[in-house]
Amino acid sequence: MTDMTRPDFHGINMPSKPLFSRAGWAAMLVAAVLLCVVVPVLNLWLPADHALHVSDFMVGLLGKILTYAICALAIGMIWGQAGILSLGHGLFFALGGYVMGMYLMRQIGADGVYGSALPDFMVFLGWTELPWYWALSHSFVATLLLVVLVPGALAFVFGYLAFRSRITGVYFSIITQALTLAAMLLFFRNETGFGGNNGFTDFRRILGFPLATAEMRVILFALSGITLLGCVLLARWLLLSKFGRVLYAIRDSESRVMFCGYNPLPYKLSIWVISAAMCGVAGALYVPQVGIINPSEMSPANSIEMAIWAAVGGRASLIGPIVGAFVVNGAKSVLTVSFPEFWLFFLGALFIVVTLFMPNGLAGVAHQAWAKLRRVRA
Amino acid sequence: MSGPTTPFACRRHLGWCLLLLCALWSAAAHALSPEDAWMLAEGDTATRIEALNRLAVSDSPRAHELIRALAREAVQVQSQQVLIVDNGRWIDASTGAAVDGTGAVAVMLNNRLRNALELSLAVLDLFDPDPVRQQAAAQRLRESQLTRPDPVLAGQIERALSPPYGQRLAAPARQALEQAQAVVWLGSADAPQRVAAAQVLAELAQPLVRNRLAEQLERESDPAVQQALHAALASIDRTLALAEVVRQVFTGISLGSILLLVALGLAITYGLLGVINMAHGELIMIGAYATFMVHALFQQFLPGWFEWYLLAALPVAFMAAALVGALMEHGVIRWLYGRPLETLLATWGLSLILIQLVRSTFGAQNVAVVSPQWMSGGIEVMSGLTLPWNRIFIIAFAAAVVIGVALFISRTRMGLFVRGVTQNRPMAACMGVNTARVDTLAFAFGSGIAGLAGVAVSQIGNVAPDLGQQYIIDSFMVVVLGGVGQLAGTVYAAMGLGVVNKFIEGWAGAVLAKIAVLVLIILIIQKRPQGLFALKGRSA
Repeated sequence: MTDMTRPDFHGINMPSKPLFSRAGWAAMLVAAVLLCVVVPVLNLWLPADHALHVSDFMVGLLGKILTYAICALAIGMIWGQAGILSLGHGLFFALGGYVMGMYLMRQIGADGVYGSALPDFMVFLGWTELPWYWALSHSFVATLLLVVLVPGALAFVFGYLAFRSRITGVYFSIITQALTLAAMLLFFRNETGFGGNNGFTDFRRILGFPLATAEMRVILFALSGITLLGCVLLARWLLLSKFGRVLYAIRDSESRVMFCGYNPLPYKLSIWVISAAMCGVAGALYVPQVGIINPSEMSPANSIEMAIWAAVGGRASLIGPIVGAFVVNGAKSVLTVSFPEFWLFFLGALFIVVTLFMPNGLAGVAHQAWAKLRRVRA
Repeated sequence: MSGPTTPFACRRHLGWCLLLLCALWSAAAHALSPEDAWMLAEGDTATRIEALNRLAVSDSPRAHELIRALAREAVQVQSQQVLIVDNGRWIDASTGAAVDGTGAVAVMLNNRLRNALELSLAVLDLFDPDPVRQQAAAQRLRESQLTRPDPVLAGQIERALSPPYGQRLAAPARQALEQAQAVVWLGSADAPQRVAAAQVLAELAQPLVRNRLAEQLERESDPAVQQALHAALASIDRTLALAEVVRQVFTGISLGSILLLVALGLAITYGLLGVINMAHGELIMIGAYATFMVHALFQQFLPGWFEWYLLAALPVAFMAAALVGALMEHGVIRWLYGRPLETLLATWGLSLILIQLVRSTFGAQNVAVVSPQWMSGGIEVMSGLTLPWNRIFIIAFAAAVVIGVALFISRTRMGLFVRGVTQNRPMAACMGVNTARVDTLAFAFGSGIAGLAGVAVSQIGNVAPDLGQQYIIDSFMVVVLGGVGQLAGTVYAAMGLGVVNKFIEGWAGAVLAKIAVLVLIILIIQKRPQGLFALKGRSA
């Protein structure tokens, strides 16, 4: 680990500091090679019985967790750096997923069960033409834009209303939770044109290429990884700038920042919208990999689970939430298979232990251990 | 219609005649001939129904007994003899003598016959001395005439209304029966009779009646009758509209009182500690499971007192939830003061553990909690509007809990401490209040209220491990809207949300109503970020 795990709590990072140290850049490079070269090679070119072979299942799982890690990063960014705890990021994730899902539905074309140009669920529910809000869903470019714009726009409206009236703390968290619940109820309805409780599934192609191939799986995996690294760079750049300094100040004492002549609204709103858009991108990468999107992704419980990824890893750092997403989801995929009864106990205990004993998460623990080691050496 | 005489006439004879003569006479009038009994028991359905109608209006107690026995499927036949089975013994239907019926076979009933039997029983009940049974029977006959008019039944209704039987009818039964008769009159050839029918039916505000009147209006040519029908329809429409509004307000208040019960405890703990307890819903769930346990214990060991298990469940649920709450506060929440966001996550973790604990103990399926008898049924406050008793009890219960909490907060020493700590923690501590103890006790108290809410929700919905999840966001919304520090804010917010929700539900459906309410709350928070009824100034 590099100094990326160091909590940026105390304002020790000076604005003149370069984006990453040399070791930091090296780590980024290693991560990129790992994601784009090593895992694909180990998956595609090594025989299945080779000791170093990475199975298709593992690539799928890791790819899924990489998109979760983007969400964890997005949450860590606003919670750790701006003091805003969102319990509704699952909504932005699902919105990005739905935008991508509809594009994939349109890619099925007339190959569906009903052989209609309309998606199967629409034929089934008696729609005769696409509603206006799906008008651009045939275009990949428009889909890529909307993946960012739809969650971003919703976050902008909601954030503007909330931050303008200075709703903070638990109040804000509770209202984000209500927002995602309301959206879930809306998406569960059949007549809203979002596929009801089945959502979108049965995808076949993306950009004309079939989805269910080993190559496509690896490509999506690598894309998720690269996007994650890009998000880390973006977050790092934002938080090291003057903008990031003001955010820390708002987190630590909003009133004082206001007395200094700053209006916190644009700062909080920007980081909030960026975070929501990141989640939207993550959702768009998630859907082609798992092959389904439905309203249960918006359930309040999912969004709270996202917050715990960031908390386990350590929300104050940027790498922490990513590590947290891998640890929690890794544990989940092991435990839900071998001890399904035990999983909720584990998750519940994790919430309690992390908040009680590890306020800065794994990153905080690692940082302390590192500092201790240095003292011992010195 | 067989009997030329009536029970009244018969009694007169009894007074006047010689005993022997009387016995001979009454034996003739009250007899049920074996042939009649056989016609009722066996043969084709039309003949059996005809026999049934004839026997139902006869004065023979034996015939009535046979009809009742047939309705509970306790009639058997052997070699031209009709037998009634009673407690494993047989009696001859026409003589009442005990006979040996080994080898007798049960008679068959089809649906048509069952319907006819049910109506015959209603006709019999009209002559029952109990006014409640009379009324139920009369209403049953009225329903039947509205849905499927039947001339035979019309004759029986007319006979029941005419003297001397009519005088024995209690007023409510008589009114219902007259309305049933009016339904028949509506189709009569006599115009004044149709006018009278319209006037009688105007009192009966039911959609079915409305349809029937509207039908009649379409084919009516007599202007006087048309006018009467118009007036009756207008009157019914007014009553129906009023009933709808009253019903919506009532269901709104009923929903509001449930919201109030589930949010009250949360308002106390949030007001006091400034932390959101995400496990609040699970405390409700624990209250509901405590109710289930008490319910099961009563079923097993005190079946005679089963009707009153809810009274025992109240303290048990309160204590169970309060104990869990106190443990939560002592074990987790206390260590997170000043970090409300972390508290939120930690209590969410607690809620997951509680759900899984209950699921592992009681199973993931719903458990069945049977409501006591006195909570079933309802009270008809106006024509076409019946309010269920369980909802009424829950409203009363919520009111009682609010009054109890208000008294606790305003009158007791502990309540004084709670108010003090809520308003200004450091100052209360300076004055010698043991704030840590107040926190634990107040948290336990708020949790106990959640347990009481659990008793209430166990009576209206499923009891399952994830029961609390469906209430938690609603109760947050009440607290967010009502603001903290004032009990009244919670009450207004809960009632307002309940009524508004039900009114929107009336024209937009349940899901859209919920979404609309959530959006509404987000907008209201814009104007009043601390809730609608938050205390102003430094004390808040």
